[in-house]
Parts: sequence; C-alpha cells; structure tokens
Amino acid sequence: MNNKFDIFDILVGKPEDPDYGNKPVIIQGITGNFGSVHTRLMREYGTNIVAGVTPNKGGQSFEGIPVFDSVKDASKTFNAKISGIFVPAQFFLSAVKDAVNNGIKLLVAIPEHVPVRDAMESLEYAQTNGAKIIGPNTPGVIVPSVNKIGIMPSQPFKKGNTAVFSRSGTLMYEVSFYLSKAGIGQKIALGIGGDPINGTNLIEAFNLISDRDDIESVVVVGEIGGDAEESLVQYIEKTGFTKPVVAYVAGRSAPKEKRMGHAGAIVYGNYGSAESKISSFSRVNIPVAKRPAEVPSILMKLMK
Amino acid sequence: MKLLEYQGKELFTEYNIAVPKSYLARNQSELNQIKDKLEYPVVLKSQLTTGGRGKAGAILKCANKEELVPKFTELLNKEVKGELPKVILIEEAVNIDKELYISLFLNRGKRTYSLISSSEGGMDIEAVENKVIQDISISALTQSSAETIAKKLGLSGVTIESFSNIVIKLAKLVREKEAELAEINPLAILKDGTCLALDSKVIIDDNSIFRHPELGKYIQISELQEQAEKNGFSFVELDGDIAIIGNGAGLVMSTLDIVNDAGGKPGAFLDFGGRATTETIYKALEVISKLSKVKAILVNLFGGIVRTDLVAQAILNAYEDGMISVPIYARISGAESEKSKKMLSNSNAKLYDTVEEAISSLVQFMRMSK
Repeated sequence: MNNKFDIFDILVGKPEDPDYGNKPVIIQGITGNFGSVHTRLMREYGTNIVAGVTPNKGGQSFEGIPVFDSVKDASKTFNAKISGIFVPAQFFLSAVKDAVNNGIKLLVAIPEHVPVRDAMESLEYAQTNGAKIIGPNTPGVIVPSVNKIGIMPSQPFKKGNTAVFSRSGTLMYEVSFYLSKAGIGQKIALGIGGDPINGTNLIEAFNLISDRDDIESVVVVGEIGGDAEESLVQYIEKTGFTKPVVAYVAGRSAPKEKRMGHAGAIVYGNYGSAESKISSFSRVNIPVAKRPAEVPSILMKLMK
Repeated sequence: MKLLEYQGKELFTEYNIAVPKSYLARNQSELNQIKDKLEYPVVLKSQLTTGGRGKAGAILKCANKEELVPKFTELLNKEVKGELPKVILIEEAVNIDKELYISLFLNRGKRTYSLISSSEGGMDIEAVENKVIQDISISALTQSSAETIAKKLGLSGVTIESFSNIVIKLAKLVREKEAELAEINPLAILKDGTCLALDSKVIIDDNSIFRHPELGKYIQISELQEQAEKNGFSFVELDGDIAIIGNGAGLVMSTLDIVNDAGGKPGAFLDFGGRATTETIYKALEVISKLSKVKAILVNLFGGIVRTDLVAQAILNAYEDGMISVPIYARISGAESEKSKKMLSNSNAKLYDTVEEAISSLVQFMRMSK
C-alpha cells in the first residue's frame, strides 16, 4: 500500500463524517463467553457495536445486537470497517479471511494460542488485501473517551496526547494507570500482543502516529523475546523521531530458554534478552524505567 | 516445546536426514539388551533439555565394552543445571572430515524463516564468524537456492548436493511439524563427502500441538506444570523461595524484576490470566502450595475488570482449608479494594496499595526469618 494506513480515520473518523467518533464495529465470536462479556463492556464505554458474528447462530441477537453466521452476511446490512475478533484460536484464520473478504480494514485479534503458521498466513492475507491486524494475543486498542476494541479495563485510561504501545496487556493498563494518575492522558493505547508474530509490531505502531501533531510523546512497554525493541531503536534513529519517548522492558530477571507466560517471551542466548533491549534504547538516549511506576516522572522530565 | 536430541533425530530420520546409528537406554537392563550390538567406539549422550551438555561433561566417549557400564552409570546420575536425564542416547562414532552449522528458525521481526549456516560447526553460534544468513521460504525452497547457500559456505563436490538436500528436508520438517527452530550443530561432513546430523535442536510451536497428535508422545511436563496448564495458568518454576502470582505475563515478569532488585529470590512465576475468580485464585494458590521451597507468596493483581474481594475470598479460603500457611503479600488494585483489606485483616495476608510497598515488606520478612 502506498497510502499510509490512518488508524485514527478508521477508529474515530473525520469531523465531517456522519458517524464521527461513533464508527460501527463488528464482533466476531460475540456469543462466546469472552466475546459476550467484553461486548457489554465495550458498549458501556461507547463503542458502537452494530453486529455480531458466530457461525451457525445467525438470526439470533445478543442484547439487541443482531448476530450473523458470517461477516459476509453482516456486511449486507452494515458497512463496518472494524472487527474485534474473539473466536477460539483454531478458528482464527477463517475468521480473518471472512473479515478481510468483506470490507473489514482493521482487525483487532484478541485470541491467545494462535499457531504461528496461522498468524503468518492471516497477516499475509490481510496485507495483500489492504487490511491491518492488531495482535493476535493483544488486549486490543483504545482511544480514550471515544471507543475501545478489546478487553482492557476502562479505568486506567484518560484522554490525552501520549501514545502507549505495549507488548503486554496488564502492563499497558498498569503504565497507563500511572500516567493518568500523573495527569498524562493517552491519545491511543495499543497492545502489540504477546505472540512471536504480531500484525502490528512496534515499528508499525510508531508509523501510525509518527507524523501526527496531536501526539506529544510515546511510551513503549517492551518485554523479553525477539528483537522488536532493537528494530524500533533503529527505526527511530533512521527516521529521526524527536518527540519524547520513554521505554520500559519487563523480564530482566527471567531465566533463559523459559517461556514466561507469553508465547513470544523467551530468551535464546542474547537474542531477546532484556539487556540487549535496554542497551539499544540507551544507545539512542531513550530512558528506560526500572519499574512501571517510574514511567510518568521520567516522561515529565523529558517533556519540560 | 523443545524436543530432546533423540526426539529431534527421530524427526530427522522421518525426513531422511541421515543421523548416526544409535540406541536408547533408560537403565541398566535396557543397556544390557543392546550392549552386544554396539560397534565401538560409541558416544554416550545425556538427553537433557538444558544446553551446554558438552562443557558440563554430559557427553562421554566410550572406546570399548569395559568402559560402557561405568560411563553409562556416571551419565545417568549426572545432574546438569538441576536436570537429571531420563534416558541416554548411545551413538556409534563416525569419522568426520569437517563440521558445519545450520539453523532454520522463525525470524520474528521479518515474519519469515531464516537459515543461518556456517562452515564452522560444533560451537556456540554466537562465537562463530563467517556466518551465512539467508531468508528463505519454507514452502517454496528450490534446489538451486539451497545449492547457492552451499556454495557460499565454500562446499564442493558431492557435499553440495548432500548439504542442499538436508536444507530442503529441514525446511519441509519445519513447515510440516510447525517448528520455530530446527538446528543441526554440528552437521558432519564424512570422509565420502556426504552430510550427517550429529546433534539436533528442534522447538515446536506449542500453540500448534493440537493438530500434531504424532508429537504428543514427546510432551513431557511435570505434574505441577500439568496441573497449572489444565487450569489455563502459565507456570514457571524458578530457583528462589518467593512465589509470584499475578494476572498477565508482563505484570508477573515485571514483578519478578522488582522483587529481584529488592534482593528477593523468586521461586515461581504464575500468571493466571484474565479469569480472576475466587476459584482460579484458589487453584493458583493450590499449585503454589505444592512447592515446599516457597516461604512467602506475592500476589500482584491489576484489578480493573477483576473484583478484588473475590481474590481476598480465595486467599481466606486457602488459609482456612490449611492449604497454605506461608504469608501472602498482596497488591490488589481495582474494585472493592477497601472491602478486601477488611476481609483479610485477621489473616496471614497483608494488602498494600502499591507493589513496591508489598515487596519491601515481603523482602524484610524474608530477611528476618533467615
């Protein structure tokens, strides 16, 4: 794609749009345990959920939201570009294809335990068709005071001008909670996901906000495993991103070759180690907090 | 899932990647059954999940029949990084001309597979120079592109064909078995120029195991691990004496770091995920209660969606049932946290507003009780 993917245009829209700040969202897996609980919570927060999808449950409704067998069926009535995917991991790939084939441009992929092969195939499929996946194994994305697509609690987030990108769900809540408490609100908080393969990695997340005037600073919550943080540092160096960035990296004391909860959180030799990530950030003078609670004070110093 | 060497070699054999002639023995009587079939010299290799076996003396060469039993017994009883082997691989030694290195792995950043190869095998790859790194498509790797890699390594004659065949077979294995990594180090070049896999390191994507029943026999997890997984928890046993429980892998990892910084020694990592009900917390405490080395428990829970009084109830139940007796230091933020504090006020559990406060009290307690 030559046109830059504008996530805010999709999530929020432009003031002249009739559905500005109220963009329609489809939930795939709406009748499941997880899907139903969070559909309710997303709605309470203000997300405009227009339809749900669960194969073989078409024709039913969930708390007034019509349920369809497929996104294909739902798209005959609703023109949604956003889907929250809550299906079990083994149905993920087919859910992605159904969404991408039927007009969805932003797929927020919640399921954990998606096999790498399916994740890779999904990403390729989405990319070829001009769609973007956030996740899998992500808490989702929230534009505070507008909407959220995901499983994050609402309380930690406050409207503002920082972007929070996190490889961990709870740490995204934790860091945003401390930021909000310190008076630093968020324009967007986006979960990269805890898997080895991410639809939107740290660099791509940066790309979503890099030329936006309304974002004043960025907080990056990294963790052990892979080299996403190291690559991000190279990207920041290359593009000359000059706004304040504060990082935090979880897993300094994790043993090698043990998977620490997330499929992607594993160190092999020096590859994926916290030291490697922290020294990368330090090399370009991006401060790395030792604890999540330290993030706001470090950021405030940079903003002065 | 990281396979043991012999398991990886079973997969190699399935894919026609040559390996040395070998036998397995779990104990003396199994050794007796194969003893007379061996052609000396042989190499005894302890089957461990931990790396660095060679340096730790867990690979022994055996020149004749007389050495076999004592060396076998030595290996069977030799602990490496806290791990004892369940089985010993006995391989007939081969005449090697040269050792190579090849590793095919999931390149996370590039979202592709990369092949690292080197004409200097046998050692830690981080120390190896002259590495050839090539991104490859595991579903469309051609003979000619594999041969290009062989030529870059400076291989010649029949070795070019033998090496590129192995690369192609390895790619097929990675694709079909959904491996995150398949490594042969060293890959031997024999006197006749053909290649033979002397070692194997294969890691299968855990999330794909459900569609690989044929790999089920390789799953070997501890009872405790199994109990944790059955409940949907992520559990890692560590060396220390403080168990750390929380909701979210990142949060628990971060807590581990803060405990470590404060001078505490984490003994267990348990992430019970997003389903924080009275029952799941109780089950998490039940898993931890089976680790006798644990002298204190730290609970770090980011509330929000979770109701903290449900957590407090689980802690109370665990004490009342006599399941645990060690103190619990808990940071629980979220709904109903005042109520939760009251519920636990007469128990061996203490609630704190920040994780830093909880950890500093816990570490102080550990110091005093030593």
